Amino acid sequence: MNAIIQSVNPSDDSLLLGGVNLRSRLFVGTGKFSSHEIVPLVLEASGSQVVTMALRRVDWKNPQENILNYLPPNTILLPNTSGARTAEEAVRIAHLAQAAGCGNWVKIEIVQDQRYLLPDNWETLKATEQLANEGFVVLPYMSPDLGAARRLQDAGAAAIMPLGSPIGSNRGLQTKELIRILIEEISLPIIVDAGIGRPSEAAEAMEMGAAAVLVNTAIATAGDPVFMAQAFHLAVVAGRLGYLAGPGERRITAEASSPLTGFLQEG
Amino acid sequence: MFYEQITEWQQKLPESTWASFSGADVERVLARESLRPQDLAVLLSPAALSYLEPMAKKAQALTIRHFGRTIGLFTPLYLANFCSNSCLYCSFHTGNKIVRCKLSIAQVIKEGEAISSTGLQHLLLLTGESRTHSGPAYMEECVHALRPMFASLGLEVYPLATEEYRRLFEAGIDSVTLFQETYNEVTYAQVHPAGPKRDYHYRLEAPERACASGISSVNIGALLGLSDWRQDAFYSALHADYLQKTYPGVEVAISVPRLRPYAGSFQPSADPVTDAILVQIILAYRLFLPRAGITLSTRESPQMRENLLSLGITRLSAGSLTSVGGYSETDNVGSAQFEIADERSVPDVVAMIRAQGYLPSFCDWVNMRAKDAVGL
Repeated sequence: MNAIIQSVNPSDDSLLLGGVNLRSRLFVGTGKFSSHEIVPLVLEASGSQVVTMALRRVDWKNPQENILNYLPPNTILLPNTSGARTAEEAVRIAHLAQAAGCGNWVKIEIVQDQRYLLPDNWETLKATEQLANEGFVVLPYMSPDLGAARRLQDAGAAAIMPLGSPIGSNRGLQTKELIRILIEEISLPIIVDAGIGRPSEAAEAMEMGAAAVLVNTAIATAGDPVFMAQAFHLAVVAGRLGYLAGPGERRITAEASSPLTGFLQEG
Repeated sequence: MFYEQITEWQQKLPESTWASFSGADVERVLARESLRPQDLAVLLSPAALSYLEPMAKKAQALTIRHFGRTIGLFTPLYLANFCSNSCLYCSFHTGNKIVRCKLSIAQVIKEGEAISSTGLQHLLLLTGESRTHSGPAYMEECVHALRPMFASLGLEVYPLATEEYRRLFEAGIDSVTLFQETYNEVTYAQVHPAGPKRDYHYRLEAPERACASGISSVNIGALLGLSDWRQDAFYSALHADYLQKTYPGVEVAISVPRLRPYAGSFQPSADPVTDAILVQIILAYRLFLPRAGITLSTRESPQMRENLLSLGITRLSAGSLTSVGGYSETDNVGSAQFEIADERSVPDVVAMIRAQGYLPSFCDWVNMRAKDAVGL
């Protein structure tokens, strides 16, 4: 094994987020599955440590229907504010989640457009500011926009979660160029959320330098969600290694492995 | 206003158009990624009846992508059946000699507790149209009484003014369901011969008033079979599309009620909505409105509900009773609005949904406004 590969030993490559060193860079969602019973199997196959769930869908009255009862005890919960249309509503959901024992991580999801479910960056900024001040680990889901991401960073976000394409669309990294700019310009971890439909797209995001990806629909609606979770796990690891290894420059034409001017270095 | 779109499309889509579409037109529409109103018309045309299988495959994939393998559950609670309308197709018709009553707040709580004990957390409140017996103030009292027991409260009552919707929204109502019954003005006038419901326009604009009041979700629909079903399905879907575009923050859903037997003698002259046609309508709705909820009630038989489940439905009523005071079996039981065809209990409906490979969802909402909303 050459020196470069040895220097990117994946066991040393954890993601520090909210004071926790995460081994897995794949976050998964709990929505859209055909049963709760499959969720722990998916989590095991994905290797994920961070699991997001919509607080609106947590059934507190029926223990058998409560998704939280199906998650392994060491899971880091990332309640999201799905259903919120304003910063005020998102803050209220975050408070409810914390009061219900879901910890202090929150994914801000504020949507005022029910056709495309695109996030409202302005309301997201307001909610991020308030919740970060209160000590929450805030992960805002946002439309990739450099100005908004800088403001979210200043407001105290723990990471930035730009969308690859609309939620549930499985359209992949349609916003790739904008995400690339965020990765270059923002010092916080960039976690690509929404739209990733295939393992190869997760690998692509990781190769670009995303800190992690969040996948739900692509796993939940796959023919075999457990296999697909494993595929995403492998893709995220592969993409991350590819990023760390530093891929070679892309060229249009072929380049000889033995350079023509190599003789100048000889002797 | 949506009425302008109706008049515009009546010009563009004369009766003769439906038969002019061919199989090739349907195939072209099925190849499109997003559909226009003219594409919706093609999917509702006689030509599309031969393409139900490819339509179903596409509709199922779209539904799973947007909603997952999840079916939301709710149940209706009839608060009162006093009514000043004369709808020819409804048992609550003011002239029908039925047992009329209205629940006291104590009875409302008892009914709420009986429903809540089944695990259901989405409740739809219904009344007949009587501002004397079941006015907005009474509804508001009921909302306050029920709010702590349920994750989501919907309202299916007569059309209200924007300010009344706003007050009920502030009190804790999350959604408004209101069916136009028929978009055909001539039939509408025939089947609503007396009472405030005669006002076609006031009803047509009610979902929009609800959206403007701040409500989170509206559910519209036509009573299929009352008038020409093609027109009614077309304008229902167009109406949903209009509401989605005009109020992007509001979740819009559409129901597919078929006319059921009721206490009365009116029989519609329109072509009946057969099972195949109901399927065609549901599929056309899903393909035209990929993100709209589609609601199916217990008006349909258990077998039909099982078969329709995977074609685009996102919400089912369960354990429904359409009589006033039926859940807690108080001595104050008023006559039912219509016969239900699926009388199975909530656990039986849940088992059916699971057997179809779907997850029954009892809870999909957190009310964030009402002071007495569900605490965790």
